[in-house]
Amino acid sequence: MYRETEVIQDLATAGEGDMVINVGPQHPATHGVLHLVITLNGETIKKVEPHLGYIHRSIEKMCESLSYRQFIYVTSRMDYLSAHINNHACAMCVEKGLQVEVPPRAQVIRVLMDELTRIASHELWWGAMAMDLGAFTPFFHAFRERESINDIMEETCGARLTMNYMVPGGVMHDLHPNFQQRVKDFLQLYKRKIHEYDELVTGNIIFQNRMKNIGVLKAEDAISYGCSGPTARGSGVSSDIRKLYPYEIYNKLEFDEVLETGCDSFARYMVRIREMQQSIRIVEQLIDNIPEGDFQAKTKAVLKLPKGEFYTRVETARGELGVYIVSEGGTTPYRIKFRSPGFSNLSVLDHIARGSKIGDLVAMMGTLDLVIPDIDR
Amino acid sequence: MFVIKYIKEVWTAVRSLLKGMKRTLYYFTHHKEIITQQYPDNRDTLVLPERFKGEVVMPHDENNEHRCTGCQACELACPNGTIKVIFKNDLTPEGKKKKAIDKLVYHLELCTMCNLCIEACPSDAIKMAQTFEHSVFDRNQLTKILNKPGSKIMEGVE
Amino acid sequence: MWSFSGIANNIHTWLGEHFNATWTMIIEMVIAGVAVIGLFALLGLVLVIMERKVSAWMQIRLGPNRVGPKGIFQSLADTLKLLVKEGMTPDGADKLLFNVAPFIAMIVAMLLLAPIAFASNFQLWDLNIGVLYVSAVSSIMVISILMAGWASNNKYSLMGAMRSGAQIVSYELSAGLSVLAVVVMCGSLQMSEIIESQRNGWWIFKGHIPMLIAFITFIIAVTAETNRAPFDLAEAESELTAGFHTEYSGMKFALFFLAEYVNVFIVCAIGATLFLGGWMPLHIGNWEGFNHAMDYIPSSLWFFGKTFFLIFVIMWFRWTFPRLRIDQLLNLEWKYLLPISMINLLVVTAMAILGWHF
Repeated sequence: MYRETEVIQDLATAGEGDMVINVGPQHPATHGVLHLVITLNGETIKKVEPHLGYIHRSIEKMCESLSYRQFIYVTSRMDYLSAHINNHACAMCVEKGLQVEVPPRAQVIRVLMDELTRIASHELWWGAMAMDLGAFTPFFHAFRERESINDIMEETCGARLTMNYMVPGGVMHDLHPNFQQRVKDFLQLYKRKIHEYDELVTGNIIFQNRMKNIGVLKAEDAISYGCSGPTARGSGVSSDIRKLYPYEIYNKLEFDEVLETGCDSFARYMVRIREMQQSIRIVEQLIDNIPEGDFQAKTKAVLKLPKGEFYTRVETARGELGVYIVSEGGTTPYRIKFRSPGFSNLSVLDHIARGSKIGDLVAMMGTLDLVIPDIDR
Repeated sequence: MFVIKYIKEVWTAVRSLLKGMKRTLYYFTHHKEIITQQYPDNRDTLVLPERFKGEVVMPHDENNEHRCTGCQACELACPNGTIKVIFKNDLTPEGKKKKAIDKLVYHLELCTMCNLCIEACPSDAIKMAQTFEHSVFDRNQLTKILNKPGSKIMEGVE
Repeated sequence: MWSFSGIANNIHTWLGEHFNATWTMIIEMVIAGVAVIGLFALLGLVLVIMERKVSAWMQIRLGPNRVGPKGIFQSLADTLKLLVKEGMTPDGADKLLFNVAPFIAMIVAMLLLAPIAFASNFQLWDLNIGVLYVSAVSSIMVISILMAGWASNNKYSLMGAMRSGAQIVSYELSAGLSVLAVVVMCGSLQMSEIIESQRNGWWIFKGHIPMLIAFITFIIAVTAETNRAPFDLAEAESELTAGFHTEYSGMKFALFFLAEYVNVFIVCAIGATLFLGGWMPLHIGNWEGFNHAMDYIPSSLWFFGKTFFLIFVIMWFRWTFPRLRIDQLLNLEWKYLLPISMINLLVVTAMAILGWHF
């Protein structure tokens, strides 16, 4: 059935001797249900056409029927690897509408959780990316560190992946008494193991040859395709929302925006590796300086946003996430739109993959760090 | 010159590979670093954090009394329609009719463990339990009635 | 003393007493065939569990530990599962080629077993061109992969097969050249003579650095020839799902799987024979006591010990390195391994002529 409709269509545009091949929606390299229709000439890629919609759950429409407290939990299911940061963006947008001041303790807790999530997300990406390139061992090593972050989350938020910890006005619970000690243990573990990342993957000559000068994304292309996050920063485009439009307490923190000018897959890889260290730096600054006070601002039981439009943006592990709420003054949003980083980052795939080998396509998809539910929503 | 560059290239490449092999050999020989948890075997020693969100339960005291007033705050707070409160009319000792819960129906199969119902509850009648082995063979078993049969509301909870 | 050659001789004399020469020959052939098939099954089981344990320990996991004590019967259970599975043939496939391909892979692996000396005086066929025979027969392997890839009528399979064709054909060169280094040194192609020439020391020690280089080249080349990671481009599961055996299932898949492992065993056995002295015990110079103690270890243990060490090295590669890209794979062969092994062969030849070895 399928062959009749779509592939024939592609064959019409394919030239003599070209082969149209479906990668996904069930394929080990697509990390989910991404479907790529690739036109190949031998091993060389002529065209990549992503087909979306396999995991579309109409989250935006769903949010329109949920109240301002309720819709936040759905957004954990978008980019499930940075669930905290998604929730954070939504909570911030609602707070903007309500004009609620978040207590300093809640702000610090939020930033701590965001950064831990970012580290966990990059850990998973690192392992999955190595697995795309055929090295299985790093995957398990990455999960060792990620697991200890998940344990911290489980203890404080009550869940490991979709925490629903951020609520309008602050966070749902106070920190667990063990939190500081557990985070310090994690920092120690991370520092003890970080050199393994270089030994196993980064310094490996095979890996470097697979990455360098592959998937070159020039700065102007990155801008015109709307890339953000590590994908854009690998091309030297300054796009860290934490620096450009600081939210919460980011403007009081000391950290560097990681920029690489290599423009290739290796640059994007290095951005994420170095970003993990910056996140560690932020966590180290905050972990001993959590101010006392409320963890949640007083809000009404039923939240009503005033009539108007509200937009906030945050830096997730994958790039810029924008939340746009249109309110008619009721208890549910009139319209919600998410600007997800994955969608724009995926759109460059065709541009950077043309002319390279099929093995590189997998590596490039790895460096774009795609989370398919984030793209489809 | 070319030959020296060539040999250097080969040498750095081989060295980077040997570094990785040294790391995997270390883990091959150091079995105490193994992090596998043998889950069904370690069930007895498995401790979940007290905040872990497993399923919604309603604690009852020794007199088979709960704290639920049937205010429906949890039903309203739930994003998925997981909780349904069904009422009955009780008679108070003075002979007046009083509204009380008949059943608090909880659909575990719809629940996303978002904790909003527990946050919303004004009388702390429900809480999250740390159970997580929810697999059953029949979907009907996931529809639970939280208040125990014959239970009534605790004295003094309004 | 109890040994493989002793058993073989006893059987031979017993058969000679009871049957005439023709029947003795036929019965011996049948016994050898059964023994080879039995060895195959055993190797498959042992190597699969070994690979799973090695990978698990390198990945800080426990590995299989449910079936039998410490999970040693895991591969038996896997085999049972594969046996009862349906071996499907896709609708659009070339039925004959599709079904024959796995058997060709097995037959090649079986043929390669012939000239290998498992213990002292225990060899199926000590033909005088042993090394040449091995390198000639091992090239047939590529045909089975090409057949499987082509007949599957699947684009992934086809790409995997084509990759593997390019890969095996080019890596045979440097494998052959490094084998030649040993042949030049001892001046014979016969397996038994090559082993005999290492009585006073293994070639890897006797041949100085050039022999070491030849050995490393050989290991890299045979890793590529057997389609093992980091050169597993023919299967490349993250790129081509499962490469040339995407469409295979059940026992037909198991035969490919088994052939891969048996091939690994065979190339490691050849590596052990050529460079590490086959069943020859380790002798160091004139340490009489040490040498004498080493002689007490049975020759078959020496052979299998060396072979399994090399198998471990190849598994070690697999669980450490990322995969190469197809053009890098060919670059490595044509730009690095081939020139290095050619120059190396020249040096070795000079050494052999001038007698610069122990």
